[in-house]
Amino acid sequence: MDESYLLTILIFSPLLGVIVLAMMPPQHQSIKTVGILGTVLPLTLTIFVFSLYDRTVSGVQFAETHQWFELMTAISPNEPYPVTYDLGVTGLSLLFLMLSSLITFLASLAALRIQEGVKGFYILFLILELGILGVFSSENLFLFFLFFEITLVAMFLLVGKWGGYEREKAAFSFLVYNGIGSILLLIVIIVLFVETRTTNISELTSLLQETESYEIISGNTRMWLFALLLLAFGTKLPIVPLHTWMVRVHVEAPIAIVMIHAGVLLKIGAYGLIRFGAGFFPEQLKETAVLLAILGVINLLYGAFIALVQTELRAVLAYSSISHMGIVILGVASFNTAGLQGAVFQTISHGLIAALLFLLVGVLIDRFHTTKLGELGGIASQTPLFAGFFLAAGLASLGLPGMSGFISEFLAFLGLFETMPVIGSIGVIGLILTAVYMLRAVLAVTFGERRPAFDKERDLSAVELVPSAILLSMIIWIGVYPAVLSNTLQIARTLGIGG
Amino acid sequence: MDIDTLLAYQWSSMMPEFTILVTAVALSLIDLFMDKKRDRSILVWLAIVGIALAIVFLIFQFDNGVVTILNQTYRLDSFAKAFKLLMLIGTGFVMLLGLKTNDLSEVKGEYHYLLLTGLLGGMMMASSADLITLFVGLELLSLSSYVLVGIRKKDKLANEAAFKYVVNGGIATAITLFGMSYLFGLTGETNIYEIQALMGSEVVTENRYLAVFAFLMIFVGLAFKITAAPFHMWAPDVYQGAETPITAYLSVVSKIAGFAITLRLLMVPFVFAPGTGKVITPEGISYETLLVSVRPYLVLLAILTILIGNVMALRQLNAKRLLAYSSIAHAGYLLVPLAALSELVFDAVWFYLAAYLLMNLGAFAVIHALTENDEEVTVASFAGLFQRAPYVTIAMTIYLLSLAGIPLTAGFIGKFEIFMSALGTEPKRYFLVVAMLAGTVLSYVYYFGLFIQMYFRPSQTKRPVLASNGIVTVLAITAAGTVLLGVFPSIALSFIHDHFQFLEVFNP
Repeated sequence: MDESYLLTILIFSPLLGVIVLAMMPPQHQSIKTVGILGTVLPLTLTIFVFSLYDRTVSGVQFAETHQWFELMTAISPNEPYPVTYDLGVTGLSLLFLMLSSLITFLASLAALRIQEGVKGFYILFLILELGILGVFSSENLFLFFLFFEITLVAMFLLVGKWGGYEREKAAFSFLVYNGIGSILLLIVIIVLFVETRTTNISELTSLLQETESYEIISGNTRMWLFALLLLAFGTKLPIVPLHTWMVRVHVEAPIAIVMIHAGVLLKIGAYGLIRFGAGFFPEQLKETAVLLAILGVINLLYGAFIALVQTELRAVLAYSSISHMGIVILGVASFNTAGLQGAVFQTISHGLIAALLFLLVGVLIDRFHTTKLGELGGIASQTPLFAGFFLAAGLASLGLPGMSGFISEFLAFLGLFETMPVIGSIGVIGLILTAVYMLRAVLAVTFGERRPAFDKERDLSAVELVPSAILLSMIIWIGVYPAVLSNTLQIARTLGIGG
Repeated sequence: MDIDTLLAYQWSSMMPEFTILVTAVALSLIDLFMDKKRDRSILVWLAIVGIALAIVFLIFQFDNGVVTILNQTYRLDSFAKAFKLLMLIGTGFVMLLGLKTNDLSEVKGEYHYLLLTGLLGGMMMASSADLITLFVGLELLSLSSYVLVGIRKKDKLANEAAFKYVVNGGIATAITLFGMSYLFGLTGETNIYEIQALMGSEVVTENRYLAVFAFLMIFVGLAFKITAAPFHMWAPDVYQGAETPITAYLSVVSKIAGFAITLRLLMVPFVFAPGTGKVITPEGISYETLLVSVRPYLVLLAILTILIGNVMALRQLNAKRLLAYSSIAHAGYLLVPLAALSELVFDAVWFYLAAYLLMNLGAFAVIHALTENDEEVTVASFAGLFQRAPYVTIAMTIYLLSLAGIPLTAGFIGKFEIFMSALGTEPKRYFLVVAMLAGTVLSYVYYFGLFIQMYFRPSQTKRPVLASNGIVTVLAITAAGTVLLGVFPSIALSFIHDHFQFLEVFNP
């Protein structure tokens, strides 16, 4: 069959939902159904692409290229700067695509509890999905940036309108931090564009890894560009101390959006760091590996320590995300196959776990109207299903063997111990801390004295149970059979590094 | 000069100017003899027909080569055509905005023909190859603008604005003229191409500091026109005091004219002029070019303009003042390619001005629509606008995204080109890029602050926004144009490439 427009159709498939929604009257009763169905279409298409993807062949698949426009200069009109519309997926981006479609679909279910302005919410939600799908399917930096900005605008509006008490503040700090990040990224893109006259990612990857390319872009410039990329994606990831916005968004945004934010959007940072940081500037990455590893350890320990003292569940999870992203940085810093695999595994695994945790936090807010650890407790007997899933998610998060968290941490540290054993040993402390704060939070919610006020609350309903079960089974599946990821990933071949 | 010489000139090259002139004269006569009580909207239609006709004539000239007439004082090259096109379109939009507005009731027909005479001045500026005609064009535009700003005789704010504008503008023009007099003194010529040829001469080389002084004086005067810091102070007051369509005119048409004259006057005569720094070459000691010597000042001004514009805009509560500061910031972005002296300078400036024309006129059109309800349009007037006027809000969203430089809008492509112009030079202008970066992030705060108002805050009033047909037309065209140039920028980019050979500007 003709696959040449498959990715375009996939990326723009959420628009179908947007169009249908835009034509419906604001109070129509089936708006939520249409909104959810709007995310089913991209999910189906992603599964289709996933099934068609040839795991035995390396390189970019489903590639699409169209001429978009050219920038011409008055002084040398015969040497235009062509900007093309390039799409394509590698094993790496395909995994992220799959994660995005799945979590967006599940988040659209969690968005059922949105009461006001439902139409506008689902329209923006689908536009956000469009942006995310575009980010992970772009084979061109220009296009990547474009979709990245779409997610920025959509998120700003979603957080600012449907968030909690301090939503506007959270939306602004999201905007400013990520805005700075995106413009730093733009500088990198333009410098590369000016010097090489291409923004195609694969072309740039192979071009920049040739030794002759040092004549075009000097080692010094590369180090600057790498630093800018690190800042740009480090804000997104986030690397401490660029994390304050992320905690605000975690605490203030509506649950469905936090699921996407923690589950998918933070992963753009990891994706960018691996695909562009490691792909374009492997030498610079090796030179700064120790620094990067130290940053990773700081993230890991800082996040864990702060999470230990939080009294609010959403804040615990926010800092736990920071801590877990530390492992991603450590994996990238080790820069060998195991480490990079660990980093990718960790992003995917954390995406699933964070989505599950926040889905359950949404249930908590719904039933018990609080996320303060002090006001919760003893709900295991009232809502056993909920408590069971919550405990399972917590265990996955702290890296219990047999779940996805374990295999990711194992691989990342395996890679790290190979290159930097000392930093690795310090980092391991973080894993112990993770167990402490995670169990503390989970136990504070589920165990303890039974509270009569909560007696009337229902356990998980079908619409909550199904997504939880899907996420948990994915987590266990990856934990037991990690080859499902590694077969698709082929990290070494994607980045063109030996190993 | 006898009659044969006069007849031998290719007068057809001035057809767009003649059309505007004839229309302006006709309008003033009709206005004079028309019954005082009659509705003046017929004048708008006549003016729009005149502008449309001028655009048609201009389009027929597109592929002609360089034509110079009147002793090389008037010249029609690609540069002139490109900028005239923008000014004509911009004035056309302003005309549409003025259609049937209540606030102009105390104003009669003069509003319309003053816009046209100002436009004529701008067009002359774009086409001038001589300091005298340049100055005459500049004055024609300035005088028309002064009157337009003060056209509401009984309005206090308008009076204050007009007074500030006249005084500041007068000083700025005087300074420009002062700078020009040095150019004349150095070379004994007023034709900028003659000056260009003489700039390398021994006399000028010996007095090269005078040339630098002339450059800086001219630049200071012109910086006023394009609202570059630190000569931007008048802009917020004048923009606030003037009638909204006139504010739009000042911020768009007048600025385009300002950039046209700035580029021509700074690039052409000074392109081969000797600068102050010595360069040792195998042939002996020579001097770097003047444009290279003064670059630090241009860079500084561009950075200052970007930062002052954006920082001051953060605290503005009045919507017109906010756009005034944002307009200052955009002038700063536009100075970047000039300060970087990049090979993209003409393309980048032209494209950004085209994008700016669409998005800024659109934003002022929205403010104009709101003015019909409120006395003063503040940031809070935008509260709940989405409930009151969803289509106007969507149009405003497009303009704001474009002004902020978000992809898929014309503003982004424009900014992208400017970034490229600063990073494509050797050595790269990182300072400029950092300033633009900081400015852009600051601008997110106030542009997105308007989103907060429009979409999140409850509305104070339930009154619908009554947009006249003229405003609706402007909104539809500018919003569509902003998106179109953002999604398919090749429309404009290949248009520039096919029709405008900007380098013609350097050839006498």
